[in-house]
Amino acid sequence: MEIDRVDGRTANQLRPLACSRNILNRAHGSASWSQGDTKVLAAVYGPKAGVKKNENPEKACVEVIWKPKTGQIGKLEREYEMIVKRTLQSICILTINPNTTTSVIVQVVNDDGSLLPCAINAACAALIDAGIPLKHLAVAICCCLADSGYVILDPTKLEEQKMKAFAYLVFPNLILSVLPEGSLKVVGEPMEHAIITSVTQGAMSVDDYLHCLDRGRAATAKMSAFLRKTLQPQISSDSSKAG
Amino acid sequence: MGLPDASGDLSSEMEVDAFRRLFPLRFYERHLAESIRPDGRPLGRARDTTIALGAVTSADGSALAKIGSTTMLAAVKMEVMTPSMESPDEGCIAIDFHMPPICSPIVRPGRPAEAAPVVSKQLSDTISSSGMINLKELSLVSGKAAWMAYLDIYCLDADGALFDAALLSAVAALFHLQIPAVSLNDDGKIVVSEEDGGKLEKEPVNKEKRKLTLRSIPFSLTCILHKNYILADPTSEEEAIMETLVTVVLDSSSQLISLYKPGGAVLAYTSAVQDCIALTRQRVRELQKILDEANSGMEVD
Repeated sequence: MEIDRVDGRTANQLRPLACSRNILNRAHGSASWSQGDTKVLAAVYGPKAGVKKNENPEKACVEVIWKPKTGQIGKLEREYEMIVKRTLQSICILTINPNTTTSVIVQVVNDDGSLLPCAINAACAALIDAGIPLKHLAVAICCCLADSGYVILDPTKLEEQKMKAFAYLVFPNLILSVLPEGSLKVVGEPMEHAIITSVTQGAMSVDDYLHCLDRGRAATAKMSAFLRKTLQPQISSDSSKAG
Repeated sequence: MGLPDASGDLSSEMEVDAFRRLFPLRFYERHLAESIRPDGRPLGRARDTTIALGAVTSADGSALAKIGSTTMLAAVKMEVMTPSMESPDEGCIAIDFHMPPICSPIVRPGRPAEAAPVVSKQLSDTISSSGMINLKELSLVSGKAAWMAYLDIYCLDADGALFDAALLSAVAALFHLQIPAVSLNDDGKIVVSEEDGGKLEKEPVNKEKRKLTLRSIPFSLTCILHKNYILADPTSEEEAIMETLVTVVLDSSSQLISLYKPGGAVLAYTSAVQDCIALTRQRVRELQKILDEANSGMEVD
């Protein structure tokens, strides 16, 4: 049973990905990530001295500022800031530079569905561009559930609004990594199968959610291959340009 | 972090309270190794929960919910408004979550809590995703008048699991809500009806106070993931030490309304996700019972 999507993609097909790094001169690291028409620009400044109030000074801290394309900053932006901050804090090695703050500014350039995953991918690429030490990469994807129970990946804004439910999922991605001491290594389940972040909206059955997890996981392999290829160290230093 | 031996040597000489403040993670891990928590609960059990309906008499619906020490007061006020063009037979619900300075020492008047807008948005998303309320029920006169329900939730004491308690109090307040009786007067305006029956020139739009029919009610449980332990219903001390939280919202027909895991150092494998969902299923049954008891307690009066 095939599902017809407006742009002619199959259920598992992602939109064309594009990523450029080092696009801003003043920022310590910057990247833009676009999935189809959704485009997000991320900039990283840091590490700077000191942590904010109520933060632990024995660890480094990540601060996220989310700038929407239009309109005032409201609850949605605050929620996205909190989610991106916690996701990035889980991938950064926080004990290397204690009592410092790394600021990540996320600017939405265009929103055509799957905005939060696009922002997390952009922020991760910007952190790499800035040279912040990371445990592993984070790859984010959006899975939508249609009424028929079919899972489609990387929806556009219209698809997101029409569908019964959707889930934003972030998976870790590593070639080699140091496992934290004492963490559970489940027999038969490699680390890529765990989720860092999950935000869902709409009602779905538990089996549908687990199905979304499987599909999302499978798609992140493609995304992470793309990310690694784009972020290979560039040979000539004047290859960067704005936009 | 410190030297692994330091706490071991001092623990035999130090008082429990001092050890708890100086080495909080080790204090907790000592307890978790015995499958118990400092307050005596087993790992999968939530704190004692109570609901009191009708806590605010001036509101159309209200509830006070307590999970352990976390206290939330929710109240619903109804107002008549003109519905929007796109949905002329639907009313509207506006949900807002406030954390006044009374709830926690880290919240001060000039320094609002970071959690407040996040929980507020989570609540609106959860209540609209669950489809608990049919907005068409809030309509009065199609295209001209509909109810606007303002649901405000105030945190009176923040001791962990804020979203769980807030959702519980919101759901209980909507459960307790009685829509006032109104009638249409000569000017075409909706006015609140008199208690002693409507006059003839006014046609009653809403004959008597009625309750909303709630379809599946959502209940939630927040769990902490730490190494290979899953702790249900954390206190604020546990949340501060072990930062990885997973909130699962299920409704009474076991549909997953939301699985919210905002990052965190511990990754959730599928087995952990399924364990959290199983704990939440159990919790949904407990909360359903508590809500029914609170409701029948009110009806006796």
